[in-house]
Amino acid sequence: MADGIRITRLNAWFGPRQVLRDIDLAVVPRSVTAIIGPSGCGKSTCVRCINRMHEVVPGARVAGRVELNGEDLYAPGADPVEVRRRIGMVFQKPNPFPTMSIFDNVAAGLRLAGVRNRAALHEAVERALHHAALWDEVKDELGKSGAGLSGGQQQRLCIARALAVEPEVLLMDEPCSALDPIATAKIEELIMELRKELTIVIVTHNMQQAARVSEWTAYFLLGELIEFGPTRGLFTSPRDSRTEDYVTGRFG
Amino acid sequence: MLKSELAGASTAERLSVPRSLVPGRRRGVWGDRLYQAAVRAAVLVFVVVVLGIAALLVYAARPALAAFGWRFLVTADWDPVAEHFGALPFVYGTLASALLGMLIAVPLGVGTAIYLAELAPFWIRPPVAFLVELLAAIPSVVYGLWGIFVLAPLLRSWVQPGLARGLGFLPLFQGTPYGVGMLAAGIILAIMVVPFIVAVSREVLLAVPTQQREAALALGATRWETTRLAVLRYARSGLLGAILLGLGRALGETMAVTMVIGNRPEIALSLFAPGYTMASVIANEFTEATSDLYLAALIEIGLLLFVVTVAVNALARLLVWSVGGAVKEVRE
Repeated sequence: MADGIRITRLNAWFGPRQVLRDIDLAVVPRSVTAIIGPSGCGKSTCVRCINRMHEVVPGARVAGRVELNGEDLYAPGADPVEVRRRIGMVFQKPNPFPTMSIFDNVAAGLRLAGVRNRAALHEAVERALHHAALWDEVKDELGKSGAGLSGGQQQRLCIARALAVEPEVLLMDEPCSALDPIATAKIEELIMELRKELTIVIVTHNMQQAARVSEWTAYFLLGELIEFGPTRGLFTSPRDSRTEDYVTGRFG
Repeated sequence: MLKSELAGASTAERLSVPRSLVPGRRRGVWGDRLYQAAVRAAVLVFVVVVLGIAALLVYAARPALAAFGWRFLVTADWDPVAEHFGALPFVYGTLASALLGMLIAVPLGVGTAIYLAELAPFWIRPPVAFLVELLAAIPSVVYGLWGIFVLAPLLRSWVQPGLARGLGFLPLFQGTPYGVGMLAAGIILAIMVVPFIVAVSREVLLAVPTQQREAALALGATRWETTRLAVLRYARSGLLGAILLGLGRALGETMAVTMVIGNRPEIALSLFAPGYTMASVIANEFTEATSDLYLAALIEIGLLLFVVTVAVNALARLLVWSVGGAVKEVRE
């Protein structure tokens, strides 16, 4: 648990187009790191490289090192399936499994990991739903379809689904961009709670959100990491003029 | 404020846009009526045709209906000389050959669709899909010829003796290996139905949102688990629709089946034995049906085939609806 995520000389491509250039980034464990930047700057690609989701897109390619607690996730023998079990992910658009009940959605990852014991499943599902601050709203309708929930609830269901397998890291790719302000506030509150226990990397195009929830912020522009540092410092006294242009709203 | 309103009004006048709310003064209303009437008439044509076919079949089958009543359905006799007619072997033959065909075609077709939609390298997808769909363009009489000259000898000298040796303790694989028979019909039907199942299933699978696949992958699902958890479950009502479309075709297929099923009105448990289907007996014996009762019996078989097909399709609709209900909520 000592050294969190360490990204070294990470490059990524979609076909011939390079979307990340020589990224070096160290994510402190049990903290929230926000990645900000204008659209198309590679911030989503960067988090998708952390759990090896980038490579599932046809034509996508990655080069470089991503380490989790000292282990290279791209080492020749590393199994992407195993990587993804240890690094959870929440997507931009809530994507619960529509044919499954709320319970089965949360239990899906556990079942994939081979958990069959009913009591253990129930306990883990309840814990994950508590964790995702959704338990009180759904405890009486665990058998109903997850698709009947509101957008914000669906997103928290997805967070519960990711948390159920007890990942070490949670990646969030613009988790609030499809939600209204109240649902967004709930998710942000949740992030503040979760950071006590796990490492979170959140991509956001909302600078206020980055300022509210994160301790560290990375600013990406055109596939390059321009600046990385404590959130407060990056927003109040950016070292790079390009960062300053962005955080002061002169650009992007 | 007032000025701008006036200005707006004068613009409208200048453009001479009609401002009346009374309908009928614009030609669009007549266009709409014409459009609605035309579309309604088109729908009505099909309703009339379907009901007309049903009515005509019932009317023409009256002598047989009167002579045999409900026993027509449960009698296995088919003796044109003695004028004893029972449809049971044909109903059995149709259902059994279609079922056998589907047993082969569903795993093959859905499997091919999964490969083409989920696993295959991108460059290989269009040519393979095209080849599979090309199977649908081959006339069924050509399938029949292939069945007689290639499939039946192959079954007779290799497949059926092998099955009899290995699984001969099952009543399904006993008896003389003729080549032609129920097994040949089932295989031919499977080949003919696969392209439809593949084409529709593939579309259905491609319509599953990428976010669903990513949700499963991000949870640590393998490729197969992703397909099972995120794709097949999401697509299940559509896949069922694809399968039932294939079943509908298998039930009604006439030419190729007639050429390879053996055309003997018997109910045998063995897949090696010849059989007969409703569609085949009509095609084969219609020209020989000299007596009124014989003709009426054949027409009643046509009526039965019509009823069975409608019933299977209705059942299919119900199934698709009941399975699809859960998914519809999220698609919005």
